[in-house]
Amino acid sequence: MAIWFARSRNLVSSLRHNLCLSSTILVKRDYSPRPVFTTSQLSSTVFLSPYVASLRHESTAAEKQLDVVQHSDDQEDALQELDFPGGNVGYTSEMKFIPESSSRRIPCYRVLDEDGRIIPDSDYFPVSEKLAVRMYEQMATLQVMDHIFYEAQRQGRISFYLTSLGEEAINIASAAALSPEDVVLPQYREPGVLLWRGFTLEEFANQCFGNKDDYGKGRQMPIHYGSNRHNYFTISSPIATQLPQAAGVGYSLKMEKKNACAVTFIGDGGTSEGDFHAGLNFAAVLEAPVMFICRNNGWAISTHTSEQFRSDGIVVKGQAYGIRSIRVDGNDALAVYSAVRSAREMAVTEQRPVLIEAMTYRVGHHSTSDDSTKYRAADEIQHWKMSRNPVNRFKKWVEDNGWWSEEDESELRSNTRKQLLQAIQAAEKCDKQPLKELFNDVYDVKPKNLEEQELGLKELVERQPQDYPSGFHV
Amino acid sequence: MAALLGRSCRKLGFLSSGHGARRTVSTETGKSLNLYAAINQALHIALDSDPRSYVFGEDVGFGGVFRCTTGLAERFGKNRVFNTPLCEQGIVGFGIGLAAMGNRAIVEIQFADYIYPAFDQIVNEAAKFRYRSGNQFNCGGLTIRAPYGAVGHGGHYHSQSPEAFFCHVPGIKVVIPRSPREAKGLLLSCIRDPNPVVFFEPKWLYRQAVEEVPEHDYTIPLSEAEVIREGNDITLVGWGAQLTIMEQACLEAEKEGISCELIDLKTLLPWDKETVEASVKKTGRLLISHEAPITGGFGAEISATILERCFLKLEAPVSRVCGLDTPFPLVFEPFYMPTKNKILDAIKTTVNY
Repeated sequence: MAIWFARSRNLVSSLRHNLCLSSTILVKRDYSPRPVFTTSQLSSTVFLSPYVASLRHESTAAEKQLDVVQHSDDQEDALQELDFPGGNVGYTSEMKFIPESSSRRIPCYRVLDEDGRIIPDSDYFPVSEKLAVRMYEQMATLQVMDHIFYEAQRQGRISFYLTSLGEEAINIASAAALSPEDVVLPQYREPGVLLWRGFTLEEFANQCFGNKDDYGKGRQMPIHYGSNRHNYFTISSPIATQLPQAAGVGYSLKMEKKNACAVTFIGDGGTSEGDFHAGLNFAAVLEAPVMFICRNNGWAISTHTSEQFRSDGIVVKGQAYGIRSIRVDGNDALAVYSAVRSAREMAVTEQRPVLIEAMTYRVGHHSTSDDSTKYRAADEIQHWKMSRNPVNRFKKWVEDNGWWSEEDESELRSNTRKQLLQAIQAAEKCDKQPLKELFNDVYDVKPKNLEEQELGLKELVERQPQDYPSGFHV
Repeated sequence: MAALLGRSCRKLGFLSSGHGARRTVSTETGKSLNLYAAINQALHIALDSDPRSYVFGEDVGFGGVFRCTTGLAERFGKNRVFNTPLCEQGIVGFGIGLAAMGNRAIVEIQFADYIYPAFDQIVNEAAKFRYRSGNQFNCGGLTIRAPYGAVGHGGHYHSQSPEAFFCHVPGIKVVIPRSPREAKGLLLSCIRDPNPVVFFEPKWLYRQAVEEVPEHDYTIPLSEAEVIREGNDITLVGWGAQLTIMEQACLEAEKEGISCELIDLKTLLPWDKETVEASVKKTGRLLISHEAPITGGFGAEISATILERCFLKLEAPVSRVCGLDTPFPLVFEPFYMPTKNKILDAIKTTVNY
């Protein structure tokens, strides 16, 4: 950890200089102007960065936190305290409401500027050539994979697909910062984590085609990957259900004294679900090593974040649960890598949850069932696809270091493309799952009612095969 | 009213296995325990026999609002027996996570009436965890315990019997014990069963039911119904606390010359159709009774199945004596409940059809 010091003054000033400017592209959005408060009303210091910086790596028992809050500017009656269940609180005769929002949004941690150059005096974990090249290759592979599978769905070869376009840095850089023992509970837009861990293009294709080699045995829609070998829990469509489960997983790892944490992903929309509240609260109260990574990509299908919450995004919610949090530029691979690595260390060594809000943009449609030009401007999408592209940004940095060339680029892209097309062809031709897999695994052992139903169906299929799709070996 | 009578007056000696019934429990005598003490014993044994088992939920630390978890935190430590925040979806979700890592998560929902926030986690997650992953993952170590059923003064939100909702979910099991001895053995089976299980405990019986419960570690198999009283004229099927009421009706019917066969279903999902079918083929008549409202209640599933399997053997329509189709009322509870006399009337109607 030697290199990564808290140079707070420089950090704060460079952060101020490079504030995450996601609001600039959303000029068309109607952001109601924040009301102007008198200085006394703004005296709450709950969200300001010096407070956060001073608490970094310190224990934050509830009483201690409350005591620190008391040190804000205008606590006239700070001497007098009352005790209540939950600890002592100072009291004041000044009636003062905590404003609904801070005067300034929580700044966004970033290391690389838009041209892929490291911002001077940045805090970050250095990344070796080997690691950087691998990260870049995987980000590009993810891009190619997304484009080709998306096209395969358009051609009717698979029934459904959703891309992670625009979020490659979150996917790959977070995975790169974790250990293989960390247990991942994804939402559904994080196949890059699985890719990083070694899931092959063939394995992805098999799941999308639901063929005999799909580990999920053809039971779920495409993109619902899962792999116990890779510590990547099987994806389920309901949103945010994985969050309280992650708290349980983290707790288990803690009890087993493993050098590992649970890592779970959620989108901006998913944070409105009750399970978000449940997951964070449980992880905090039960002191579970869980990393919550929120991909704030601006959109939940057609619902913009301005219709999702009225808070300053997600990062400010962490403190409400007693959870250390950071907002990071999700399109900056180095920043994501550093933040995740740091958060992992905190989670594991301090046995606590950590929240990371990664700001990004969903370049693709929500899924193949969506046409996002119906609810957002085509040039907005283009802007993020071209000038704010996380893959290009990281590529520039890798190239500037002399670690990547145009030959490498075209070779990687064409090879990956070829591999994918082959994988798709093979997956398409591969046998389907045998019919018995319809009835297995509902329970550990097939109960009588399923045995009967299986017999009944088998007889029916043999009698009237024309009613059923072919290829399912009975 | 049987509802008030049995409940307030005396501690009930419990329905023992009838002649010829499969003896699924050791006949050795144990201590006289009520239902919550028996459950408590089961939990002590479960935690003792598997160091990777956990008990948690609201207020379980001090022993729980029904004392089922007494002594566990002191004996096994707060890392394994702990209170959770007041959040059922969190309790079950957290339990699924623990179970998915190979632990036994024995979760308590304070009243079955409050299980609904966890319904998504139970139906969409726990029940499908193994299947959707192609058996790469499972949360079989999850057991959800919840007190259910009428208690005399519970009203809408302390009396519900929600078993029917869960019986409609492939992938979970639903188990309801009738007595202290049954509860201990069934709960241990549920905890050790490699599938997520919802275990409804008849809260009325927590104190009211007292029985000899063997002190050792024993299990009672799931998905095996038990004929607890043999008879020839009519088959009665029930579960949980309702069996006491049904037994009283059987005793009165006997005085009028009607021989009743009484079956405890025990496991509602997957349920033992064979035992019920064999009985109805013998008696030719079926009566099902449950506290839950009649429409869409689990009695309908039993009725439909038995009709399919025993149609030509039936002498009368299948009878259901159940709760009314209303929210569980407070002052009207004695009218709402499927009482002994309602059951007795139905027995006679069916026999005289």
